Parts: sequence; C-alpha cells; structure tokens
Amino acid sequence: MPKVTIDGIEIEVPKGTTILQAARMIGPEVAPPTMCYYSKLKTSGGYCRTCIVKVTKGSAQNPNPMPKPVASCRTEVMDGMEVQNVTSPEILEARKGVVEFLLINHPLDCPVCDQAGECSLQDLGYEHGAAKTRYEFKRREFERIDIGKYVQLHMTRCILCYRCVKTAEQITDNRVHGVIHRGDAGEISTYIEKAIDNEFSGNVIDVCPVGALTDKTFRFKQRVWFTKPVEAHRKCTTKSATGQTCSGKVRLWYKGEDILRVTARKDQWGEVEEFICNDCRFEHKKTSDWTIEGPSPVNRHSVISQNHYNHLNELKVEVMKHQKALGFININKRP
Amino acid sequence: MGKKLLIHNDRVPGIHTLDVYRAHGGYASVEKALKSMTPDQVTEEVKKSGLRGRGGAGFPTGMKWSFLAKPEGVPRYLVCNADESEPGTFKDRYLMEKIPHALIEGMITSSYALGANQSYIYIRGEYFYVARILETAIAEAYAAGWLGKNILGTNYSLELSVQVGGGAYICGEETALLESLEGKRGNPRIKPPFPAVAGLWGCPTVVNNVETIAAVCPIVMMGGEEYAKIGVGKSTGTKLISASGHINKPGVYEIELGLPVEEFIYSEEYCGGIRNGKKMKAVVAGGSSVPILPTELILKTAKGEPRLMTYESLADGGFQTGTMLGSGGFIVMDEDTSIVKNLFTFTRFYHHESCGQCSPCREGTGWMEKILKKILDGKGTLADVDLLWDIQSKIEGKTICPLGEAAAWPVAAALRHFKHEFEAYVKNPSSIKDVKHYYRLNNLVEA
Ligand SMILES: Cc1cc2nc3c(=O)[nH]c(=O)nc-3n(C[C@H](O)[C@H](O)[C@H](O)COP(=O)(O)O)c2cc1C
Ligand code: SF4
Ligand code: SF4
Ligand code: FES
Repeated sequence: MPKVTIDGIEIEVPKGTTILQAARMIGPEVAPPTMCYYSKLKTSGGYCRTCIVKVTKGSAQNPNPMPKPVASCRTEVMDGMEVQNVTSPEILEARKGVVEFLLINHPLDCPVCDQAGECSLQDLGYEHGAAKTRYEFKRREFERIDIGKYVQLHMTRCILCYRCVKTAEQITDNRVHGVIHRGDAGEISTYIEKAIDNEFSGNVIDVCPVGALTDKTFRFKQRVWFTKPVEAHRKCTTKSATGQTCSGKVRLWYKGEDILRVTARKDQWGEVEEFICNDCRFEHKKTSDWTIEGPSPVNRHSVISQNHYNHLNELKVEVMKHQKALGFININKRP
Repeated sequence: MGKKLLIHNDRVPGIHTLDVYRAHGGYASVEKALKSMTPDQVTEEVKKSGLRGRGGAGFPTGMKWSFLAKPEGVPRYLVCNADESEPGTFKDRYLMEKIPHALIEGMITSSYALGANQSYIYIRGEYFYVARILETAIAEAYAAGWLGKNILGTNYSLELSVQVGGGAYICGEETALLESLEGKRGNPRIKPPFPAVAGLWGCPTVVNNVETIAAVCPIVMMGGEEYAKIGVGKSTGTKLISASGHINKPGVYEIELGLPVEEFIYSEEYCGGIRNGKKMKAVVAGGSSVPILPTELILKTAKGEPRLMTYESLADGGFQTGTMLGSGGFIVMDEDTSIVKNLFTFTRFYHHESCGQCSPCREGTGWMEKILKKILDGKGTLADVDLLWDIQSKIEGKTICPLGEAAAWPVAAALRHFKHEFEAYVKNPSSIKDVKHYYRLNNLVEA
C-alpha cells in the first residue's frame, strides 16, 4: 500500500486513493477544502481548484516535485509522495486567489440568500478569503428560474461546480441537464426542467454548495440556524431509474413542532451520506410520517457557527443564548 | 535558400489534385512504408529524426508515438489537430489549402506506424472551405486506392474522415478536441489518463498537429538521420512560420530551424523588414500565448548571443528574458504599436474562449479584460496595474488545461517588459487618444 506524507504526517492508504481522500483520513487539520468534489458522485472534482496542494516529491521512484500545484481531489497518491497543504504559504495564497475568483461574480448578499448558514462558499470565504473585494465591475446576473414544482435555480449564485450536472447524470435517469454556453457566460441549462421530473431530482438541492439550487417548499421560511435538525427514517422503497433505492434516512429540520424541510443526511465533509427520493423530501412533513432517532450530529463549522465569533464578546453572549435555545452542542467542528 | 520539405511545391499549378501531387513524388512515403517497412521501423525513423510537435508544445513526436498503449483487440486512433485557432497562426491552413494530399499522405503513413485503422482530421469550423478541399482530396485518394481496404494490396486498411468543429479555440486542446470529436461539449479532460492510454472513445489515441503529420512524409523518404541533420541541436528539420504584423511581406514561410531571428525579419527572402521604414518595437514569436519580447531581446539573448529560430534559443533566459517557438505564429509590431491595446485584444480572446470549467481561468480572464479596458478608457490606476500582475499569477499553473497559462503569460510578459507603457496611460490618460486602432474598442465590451 502506498505511503504518502501530507503536511509532515505520514499515512498508508489503499492504491488509487487521491491526495484529498488521504488527507481526509488524516483529519480535518490537513484536509483541503472542496467546492466541486463530491465523494458520492463519480468524476466529480477538478473544476473549482479550491483543493489545490503542492506535491513536493512525486514518488519514491520519481522524487521530483510536480511542476505545478495539483487538484488534490483528482490526483492519486504514489508511494513516497510528499504533499504540502496548510504548511505551504504559496498554496494558501493560491487558494485565496481561487476564493477570490469564485467570489468576483457572486453576489455578496448573504443576508438575503436562503443558503446562508449552510453555504460552502460562505465558509470558504470566511476561512480562506480576503476581507475585502478587489473587484469593482458589474457582476453576472440572471433571472430566477423555477425548475419543476420543487426547485428554484438562481444562476446568479452558481459557481459552476458541475455537482448538479453529475447528479442528474448519475442518479436520475435520462440526463437532459448540463451546462450551456462557454466560460463565464456558462449556465446550468434549463433543460434541468426535464431532469427534475424524476423521483430523485431533489438531491440537486443538497449537492449544490451555494444558494443556486434551493428547495421551493422551504425557501425563506426560516434561517437555517434557527431550525433544529433531527435524524429520522421511514420505510421507503422508491427506486431511481439508475437502480438506486431511497434509504429513507433523512434529516428533519424543526421549528417548534413543525417540520420545515427534509434533507438527506450529510457527513463531516458536508456531503450527502445517502441520496433520498422526492417523496421523502417534499411530501412527508409530519412528525407522524417518521421514526425519530434523535438530534443530528450537525457540523457547524460554518460562518454562523458560534465559535468563530467567540472572540467578539458581545456576540458571544448572543451565541450562547442561541446555543441554549437550540439545545444541542456542536461536534465535528472543522478548523 | 533554406531547404524546404513541406511546401516546396506550393506554387505548382494543380498541386491540390492527386495527379499533379503524385507526379511530383506524392504518396511515395506510403509506398515505401507499407511495402518495405514495419510500423515500428517507421516510428523508429520518426524518433531518429528528432521531430517535435508543431502544434505548440514541441513534444518529441517519436516519443509520443512510442507511449501509445497497444492492448490486444482495442482499436487505436490517430487524430490530426487542424483546429489552428491560436491568434497569429495560419500555417496549417496554408498547407491544407494548397497541398491537401501532403496531409493525407502523412496521415496514411503515420496511421500505419501507429496501427490505426480509422483516423480523423479535426478541423476548425471557420475552415469549412478547407474541409471541402480535404474532402475532395480524400475522395480522390479513396478512388485511387490510397485509402480504404488493403491499401497497395497489403493487408493494411485505413478509413480517414474529416470532422468540422464548431469554431472554438479550446477544441484545439487535445482532450477537448477528443470530447468534441465524440460529439460532446468541448471541455478539456482532467489528466491523467492521457490520450495515449485513454483517448478517443476511451481507446489509445495519438493527437498530432497538421504540420507534424505532414513532416512524417519527408522523414520516411529521406530517413530520420538525414532529417535530423537539418536544424540546430534538438531543433531539427524545417518549420512553417506564419509571419504577420508590421512587416513588408507577411505570409507563411518554411524555414530551416536555426535561422537567425534577425535574418528572418529583415532579409528579402522572408519578412523583408519593417514596413513603412518604421522601427520594430516587439515580437510575439510563437502565437499569441507566448511571452512578447522587446526588440533587444528578440534579436539577441540576454547573454548577447544572436537569437535563433529554434525551440532552445527562443526559450533562452526562461520567461525573464526569453519566450517560446510555440506554434510558429510570428507577430511583429512596429514602434507605433500600443502594447496595452494589443494585450487587451489577446486577453479579450482568451476570456471569450475559456471553456469555463475551472474558476481561475473562467473568472480571471474576464477580470483582466475588464481592467485592461478600464486602463484604455483612461480610468486606470497604478493599483490596477499591480492587480493585473496578481491576477495572472493566480491563474498560471492552477488550471485544468494550458489555456489558463496561455491567458496569463501574455499579461505577465507585457507587464515585465512594457510596464512603463501601462503606467504612462494611467498617469496621463490623454495620451491614450493617440493609440491606434482604438476606435472600435467601445463596441467590443461593456465593462
Ligand atoms: C488552448 C489550447 C489550444 C490548442 N490549439 C491547438 C491547435 O489549434 N492546433 C494544434 O495543433 N495544437 C493545439 N494545441 C496543442 C494540443 O493540445 C496538442 O498538444 C497538439 O495538438 C499535439 O500535437 P503535436 O505534438 O503534433 O504538436 C492547443 C493547446 C491548448 C492548450
Ligand atoms: S447550480 Fe449549484 S450544484 Fe449546480 S453547478 Fe451551480 S453551484 Fe454547482
Ligand atoms: S484552463 Fe480555462 S479553458 Fe482550460 S479547462 Fe480551465 S477553464 Fe477551461
Ligand atoms: S474540490 Fe478539487 S478542484 Fe474542486
């Protein structure tokens, strides 16, 4: 089994493991952030360049460094490889550049975006970005589009990560969903309207890292941090055309006694554990529909997570209040 | 006169027809290869010749061929890259338009060497009339038995097809080309796997430039060693140069590698000097993506040696003081040229052509264009000039395909060698009104 050293920590991994996967095995301290890679979707990753790392030694046989930074999510480890992520100032600077590129055409209006609080771009910007924008030109804008009964697309927020495209390709049948146009004029095509007419289409909402694809049954009902996530399941036998069966394992988001939305469960890295069907997601919003397992182990590493503001005294008080009100503690915090 | 191997017959009337081409020795390499050589022997000659890819990167062709995976029972493909979209480059068009059979002959001989029974010429959409010329020539070759089943009575068979692209620069990048050829959106693939292992329809594939493939014919005829005697060092053979800009005689020239740059620009045989008696200001030596060099550095290296038209000499000094031979798109600019305006044109091109898969190229190219437009509108600041440098450095080396670099390098080089010009525009915006060709700018982009 190949051995790879990431930021000075050595780990032995199965052949075919990518640098990113190896780093995640070591832990969140060295795992590069990701915006387009999705472990549950084949051929995802490689696009956003957020996860770039420096390979200072290619392998035991070829000790030369790689000529340029590589996307860790699409580069397999070799035996004897040495990689720098957080220990390379150059990589941190490059990542800051990527964050800036992702943001120059993204509206900076999180307060009115439904994704705020669970947005990967918001978290990324907070952790790796600059405090101010250097971009002074007009930003790309699009009209909102309803795609089917349940989902709304707002291209203005899209970062073209291709996750929804891969979802449509891999877990829904007959893909009619893709990117049209080129470069920064690229658009998630409205052919998605057809892809959405499908038992598993709602998953595009969960895989979207930003507020470009949102749940119309939940939009603007509540800020996510005021809702309380609970793990639950029901017996579900819905099959996708590609042979996937709905697990029926979900996360219910409560406000008081009401279930405001249903999503798939996400893991430590913010990725869906098992995809769920539209029936579970959109049509079962009564507590009596579900067997409740208990509070969700929520990964609140996000911008609105309380700990980021711990150093700000006045906010800390606020945060503690909410923490109490929410009645759960955060685990799995990422740096 | 330098030796010519590729376009020596370009003025012969009717050379685009099979009969005339054949009468001038055409298809001899097919005869020689198929009848008296094994495929590996052909590859061996190409290796010995030292031929390097003429598409831009200059990768040794023989080595590329020997990397081709040859699993049992899996078809292999040769794909000719005739997408030729790099601004300043128009040599492949000339070759295909004038002597289409030279490419077809090269395709047959090369396909034989690689064991490909189906080959493709992928040509850019704007060259539709050239595609027709090729198709006519291919039909002639089929009719005469140079293509199809059992060529020359051997058991080697080859089908050759022309595929016209939609006219995207990115489809010249080899993996985007293969995607497009498969009928998909022309997005570059993430490598590895490389085409030599998994290319067209997942099968081992070689992608070569038009000129590279055409050069295989003289190599087979004269032998690799003889070919390698032409040129200097690792830059062997002849090269087609597309010369454009403020010279007296723009056009396509076949040169022996090793020709001094100065001779190429000023001699009557080639560019014939700068037009209207002007002085030369700068040269982009290998297509729009390679670093621009000021006169002093294009004529002589930083060490003071005369610069030669070779891969090595043009690259001497790295990007600090050197450039690249690239695709051979040689753009000469006279003293009246505005480097900033020229850079704006290039940057606008790369912004327009970015496929948009990776964020640095998708977003960075447009941002640089907007800043350059701002400077040309007389609203730039010194901070903008620094910002340009910072943006290009954050694109370079961080993208899926080299288009990111192609967009970043011209910006870096213009700032490296002509920063004073940017600063002058910023400090004294009224000087911009004298910039030539500025008149259409406002129709081009809305910032
Ligand atoms: C953005 C981009 C555009 C390219 N365009 C062309 C082209 O138009 N023609 C070409 O021959 N090679 C082009 N290339 C280079 C090809 O990817 C590839 O290296 C070449 O076709 C290999 O052929 P060669 O080894 O014979 O040079 C391009 C590369 C990039 C990154
Ligand atoms: S809509 Fe969302 S998931 Fe789809 S490409 Fe855009 S950001 Fe990615
Ligand atoms: S570098 Fe540019 S053209 Fe190449 S894959 Fe990335 S976005 Fe597309
Ligand atoms: S997460 Fe690896 S490139 Fe986007």
